[in-house]
Amino acid sequence: MSDAVQRSDVLIVGGGLMGTTTALFLRRHHGLSVTLLERELIGRQASGTNFGNVRRQGRDLAQIPLANRARAVWSRVRELLGDDLEFVPYGHLRVCYTEQQAATLEQHVRDVQPLGLDLQMFSADALRKRWGIFSDEVVAGSLSPLDGHANPRLAGPAFGRAAQRAGAHIHEHSEVAHIERVGAEFVAHTVDGRQYRAAQLLVTTGAWSARFAQAFGEPVPLDARGPQMGVTEPLPYAIGPSIGVSTPIEEEGLYFRQIARGNIVFGGGLKGPALADAIRAYVKPDNTLRQLRELRRFVPAFANVQLIRVWSGIEGYTGDWVPVLGPSARVPGLHYAFGFNGEGFAIGPGVGEVMAELMATGHTSTPIAAFSIGRFARSLQDQPLTT
Amino acid sequence: MSDPLPKHGGGGRFVRLAEIKRPTLRLLIDGAPATALEGDTLLVALLTHGRRVRASEFGDGTRAGFCLMGACQDCWVWDEAGRRLRACSTVVTEGMHVRTTPPASLWPVTPEVAARERGEVST
Amino acid sequence: MTPRVVVVGAGPAGVRAAQALVEAGVRPIVIDEGRRDGGQIYRRQPEGFTRTHATLYGSEAAKAQALHRDFDALRTQIDYRPETLAWNVTAGQLHTVHASSGETAALDFDALIVCAGATDRLMPVAGWNLAGCYSLGAAQIALKAQACAIGSRVVFMGSGPLLYLVAAQYLKAGATVEAVLDTSPAVPTLTALRGLLHRPHLLLRGLALMASLRLGGVKLMHAVAPLRIDGTPDGGASSVVVRDARGAERAFACDAVGLGWHLRAETQLADLARCEFAFEPLSRQWLPRIDDCGRSSTSGVYLAGDGARILGADGAEAAGRLAALAALHDLNHARGRSLFASEQTALTRTLATMNGFREGLARAFRWPHEHAAALPNDAVVCRCEAVTAGELRRSVFELGSQEVNRAKAFSRVGMGRCQGRYCGHAAAEIVAAAASVPVEGVGRLRSQAPVKPLLMSAQEDE
Repeated sequence: MSDAVQRSDVLIVGGGLMGTTTALFLRRHHGLSVTLLERELIGRQASGTNFGNVRRQGRDLAQIPLANRARAVWSRVRELLGDDLEFVPYGHLRVCYTEQQAATLEQHVRDVQPLGLDLQMFSADALRKRWGIFSDEVVAGSLSPLDGHANPRLAGPAFGRAAQRAGAHIHEHSEVAHIERVGAEFVAHTVDGRQYRAAQLLVTTGAWSARFAQAFGEPVPLDARGPQMGVTEPLPYAIGPSIGVSTPIEEEGLYFRQIARGNIVFGGGLKGPALADAIRAYVKPDNTLRQLRELRRFVPAFANVQLIRVWSGIEGYTGDWVPVLGPSARVPGLHYAFGFNGEGFAIGPGVGEVMAELMATGHTSTPIAAFSIGRFARSLQDQPLTT
Repeated sequence: MSDPLPKHGGGGRFVRLAEIKRPTLRLLIDGAPATALEGDTLLVALLTHGRRVRASEFGDGTRAGFCLMGACQDCWVWDEAGRRLRACSTVVTEGMHVRTTPPASLWPVTPEVAARERGEVST
Repeated sequence: MTPRVVVVGAGPAGVRAAQALVEAGVRPIVIDEGRRDGGQIYRRQPEGFTRTHATLYGSEAAKAQALHRDFDALRTQIDYRPETLAWNVTAGQLHTVHASSGETAALDFDALIVCAGATDRLMPVAGWNLAGCYSLGAAQIALKAQACAIGSRVVFMGSGPLLYLVAAQYLKAGATVEAVLDTSPAVPTLTALRGLLHRPHLLLRGLALMASLRLGGVKLMHAVAPLRIDGTPDGGASSVVVRDARGAERAFACDAVGLGWHLRAETQLADLARCEFAFEPLSRQWLPRIDDCGRSSTSGVYLAGDGARILGADGAEAAGRLAALAALHDLNHARGRSLFASEQTALTRTLATMNGFREGLARAFRWPHEHAAALPNDAVVCRCEAVTAGELRRSVFELGSQEVNRAKAFSRVGMGRCQGRYCGHAAAEIVAAAASVPVEGVGRLRSQAPVKPLLMSAQEDE
């Protein structure tokens, strides 16, 4: 690595799915030069440890346009990347335990229809006919037939390699110590003394982004939480859609998906400890046992299946359940894409297209105003000072 | 759904060298009557009756256990009710029904997947 | 207040740890995955079997008998929990599950003494995923615990003292042993011999075993390079093919193969307890850091027996006792401190001697790491998921992994039910060779709970 300063049109800090998809589309769609700096390995953190849901159903309505855009990219990943990321479009099914929750599902069906998402409601009987795996506690369900799931461990790295083939400069093992604004440029300094310059900067450092936002005068409340994940032994392939329980009770909210090789990946319920500074996250044994109980509760056949591995990761939560996406409210040329509250995987490819478009042309056709970082400054203004 | 293991001519894989004066137990292996000796593990019962414990899920053929100490996890089989049994660490009891392929009740193929495999488009 | 001490394992280390604790006036919980105490090397035959200790344990009969008898005497003074798996550990708490009932428990401890033992260490050979391939330990368990041979014509291949011991036991018990194929050279180096001479009677016993095999007409070969195990997917293994010391290809017809290159420590609990590990160049493996009394880097967690250092059964007995006394010393237990003070010197000296012998074994029967890099692309490395060496290399060459956990994420090696126990060491060698980095540079497969597969019917501890 030379001591010379590397200069490009865009500098991306953070090599997860958001950073790599943006890098790829900046190259492919807009021809801008891109440097991406990743502290360790591409796609290793939340991008690689999440559940792998590719779903639009159940999202906040403000995210549906972005999610629709992402879904269009998911359909093309094989031609785009040379790797299908094990994406299967066999649907996303949400089931529930109460009539009250069924009413909530029905409302969502009505809400998303004008946004281009067509869902189907199922009675308990209809669920039995189509899938037949649910316990009697399940009273209804809602299917998004064209949603699906993919393999998160492959996605970030595959987008990263594609971005590299398209001419992006991707640097792993490149921890950024600080970033300063020098004139009309941003200069990032790595801990080992390298410097990178660009006219535009994108911060996509996931749960670690608050530090950079703060440094640019835009503090964001960001919490690190650990998803509690598990995977079973291989089973005969039987279940197409990813399936989850829709419920206001956090510990009931389990979800699972079966991969082509037969293993079932599951997650949900209470979160576990994620230590962002130490870059460690843990699965609590009581969470695992509770998950097993809740899985058996909604699909009794889990009782005869073996769990072979658990893992966690470090996800960033913004406190208002809304991601931070779009231009800085204070610094021209600065952009953010982080804080996806544990549901960023599905919309990653859409975020990449949108951020690339925004940085290359100054605007994007997809509505993202609701995700502006400016909302925190406004809310801070509204609040009395506290110690 | 897989067929039960065909009987391989020539008896079992394991060879009894001693301790053969033990009471006989009867069990069913994939529905076929078999015998074992009291104190046998399920793995020994399977491998004195035949030459395999299960088929690999990934197409590379039959398996007949590997470590015999509960470390390799290569000898898991099922009882008739679908309960998992680790053959090397399970002791044979009289009247056991053991299955070397997963019973249908364990993890049934959903009608939706079956329909897709038949080429029917699901709406 | 009586300290809460939990011992995991009821082999030589666990039994002697429990015994030391009871002598000091403490009542430990002893968690044992097995049905009966004894661990692997002193595995007890089922009730109703009639063979004598001498038949089962040969020269170690007296030690085995003493261990079993002493444990039996301890039963009423300990909380013994057989058929119980320690599936996870968190700060100050061990998480267990009972194999048949699915009942779980979270056991609070002031000291945890992990005596988890070892498995065979395997170097994959093309075809080792065929039915009829077993570890050397498996071949021994079949004989010792079930009075069976793994086949009617057995080839044993690998290296280490167990290779000769099991083959000789098979011969003596009336099985047909076609060949014993050692990948190590016939004559150990001087450095290795110096190590082995720490325990000269063991060295002599090894030579005697080899002689008995030759006398029995068993073909003995040294310095072989395993080429493949031939057979059919349906019928299983039928032949072992090696290149002999002169470079000629030799085939041995068989219906069962016993494979093993000495032992590999079971370190999953130590890893979950966040113990630090260090790479040991001599044996080319990562081992948990311990001081000479068995203290790990995690306060309150002690490691003893083959699960920490492969010192064999005698070493395990000493290490178990020493770790237990160290734990009581560290907890300021009066009687424990007094026992520790009077015994520490002798026990650490014993362990130092054992360690000298261990180093001799590691040199005399080396782990042939280069065989991993030489595996053909179509050789299965991960038996659980049938992942080949080629797929693992692809994760390096095409997908850029230079580290073993990354290679696992891309290739699935280590994602199967055995959780990397049998493929992990070879996978690291293959990744290192493909990436052209030293093997310690690719790291080790990180353990993730559960320590072994957990049935999802496991019940929460209410």
